[in-house]
Amino acid sequence: MNRPWLRILLPAAAGALLVAVWYGVHFWLDEELRFLLPTPGAVLDAFSTHGPSLARAAWNTTQGALLGFGLAIVVSFTLAIILSLSALVRQSLYPFLMALQMTPLPVLAPICVIWFGAGLPSVSLLTFVIAFFPLVVNTTQGLISTDRHLVELFGLYRASRFQQLFLLRVPAALPYFFTGLRIAATLAPIGAVVADMNAGTSAGDGGGLGFQAVIYSSQAKYPALFATAATTCVLGFVLNAIVLTIAWLALRHWHDSYERSDR
Amino acid sequence: MPAPLVEFHEVTKRFGAGPVVLDRVSFRAEAGDFVSLIGPSGCGKSTALRLLAGLSPVTEGRLLVEGRAPADAAAEIAFVFQEPTLLPWLNVAQNVEVPQRLRGVDAAVRTATRTRVLELVRLSEKAAAYPRQLSGGQKMRVSLARALALAPKLLLLDEPFGALDEMTREHLNEELLAIRQQAAWTAFFVTHSVAEAVFLSNRILVLAANPGRIHTEIPVPLPYPRTEDTRLSRAYHDLVADVSRILRSVEKAADPAARP
Ligand SMILES: Nc1ncnc2c1ncn2[C@@H]1O[C@H](COP(=O)(O)OP(=O)(O)O)[C@@H](O)[C@H]1O
Ligand SMILES: [Mg+2]
Repeated sequence: MNRPWLRILLPAAAGALLVAVWYGVHFWLDEELRFLLPTPGAVLDAFSTHGPSLARAAWNTTQGALLGFGLAIVVSFTLAIILSLSALVRQSLYPFLMALQMTPLPVLAPICVIWFGAGLPSVSLLTFVIAFFPLVVNTTQGLISTDRHLVELFGLYRASRFQQLFLLRVPAALPYFFTGLRIAATLAPIGAVVADMNAGTSAGDGGGLGFQAVIYSSQAKYPALFATAATTCVLGFVLNAIVLTIAWLALRHWHDSYERSDR
Repeated sequence: MPAPLVEFHEVTKRFGAGPVVLDRVSFRAEAGDFVSLIGPSGCGKSTALRLLAGLSPVTEGRLLVEGRAPADAAAEIAFVFQEPTLLPWLNVAQNVEVPQRLRGVDAAVRTATRTRVLELVRLSEKAAAYPRQLSGGQKMRVSLARALALAPKLLLLDEPFGALDEMTREHLNEELLAIRQQAAWTAFFVTHSVAEAVFLSNRILVLAANPGRIHTEIPVPLPYPRTEDTRLSRAYHDLVADVSRILRSVEKAADPAARP
């Protein structure tokens, strides 16, 4: 597109339209129902009234999300290497990984709490469980999809297994890894918030955004509830933006899907 | 008499319990030979190169490179595949350094080698480019430079220019010979193009299929260095015609459907 100002103007216009519709719906509602949809102004007010608690909750959730996300990266990478060794290993381990993935978080949460205690340990562990699966599946797929010709080339140069893994299979798997990472980056903040609702704690200011949402809704502080939702969104956006940037930096030179373009 | 660089002695190849792919092939190549292999598809040309590279074991008979089994002579052998097989995440310079990196050669030596071989293929100015920014011909030249990085005595090329257009291919043929003047490796070159085989080699092996075997060996007495002018010479045209005729008869025999 050769009109760059459109790229700023169009999203801004869409945002303005959204706010207008939002106000419209608010005032269109019967007066006694307007509390159901607080105005954007009221939500902004809630940010300043509840600023300190929201910031503390956001920080706690960020910690849980990042710890779980980081743990998921490390563990999935190691496990993917093991899984890439043979089809037999994959057939033996995948059912158990699936089982972990199939268990809903609200069911896992209490188990986690009785083992590790409520708060950060359980929240990060549950986030790990959520973020881990797409990472391990994608990375494993990448590690076993190395171009046959390149494997042969390495064989010809008598590369060791170690060299073949770290100079060939791992870099070749990066596009797959980043696909998994982008999914995981979307799941991790959501996982951290849901985990916090099910395994969070208020002890020692340990509550996160999920915990805060439960409190605001029970206290009928709806603008604050909306502000909590907005904070969650921002958290997810930031994590995604970071991951996309890293993926772009790592792949821009060689992968078609990260081609620099003016689209 | 010096020992030949490559010696096939009654070499037979079979994959598992499958049919005989190469049947009692005997052939000697001296250091400095440029041998082209030509023949119907499936007659075992690639297999012969893979045996030479030590990528696959001989079933019966003896195959020696410099008097040793190919696997023991690995350090002297380089391979150029039909695809450029470059690592897309490495730039041209890093790709060329891969063989030496795998052998633990230190950085200073690697840099010197890389500079030298990139100059040979006239790609010095592309050292920082990534494979996806190169044309097909340029990628093939990088692949060739990489093969030359280990200063091989024996260079195996499996239809390296088969996917390129004719103009590019002719240019690369001339370049290949020019490079060889500076470092006299011995070559085994698989091709589908009679013109290419005649232009490059001093010996052409026409293989027949089912089972794969040497049908005819044709010497190419054209003097080196060969240039564009070689392609205009009478002797060159006559040779291309001769080899084409032999190849056609072999291909007819290989494919019963083509018989009148
Ligand atoms: N790894 C393998 N396993 C079984 N059969 C093979 C293998 N490689 C090649 N062949 C068979 O050997 C024959 C010769 O193949 P190839 O050497 O690739 O022929 P060419 O390169 O002359 O076209 C073919 O019939 C092919 O199917
Ligand atoms: Mg072949």
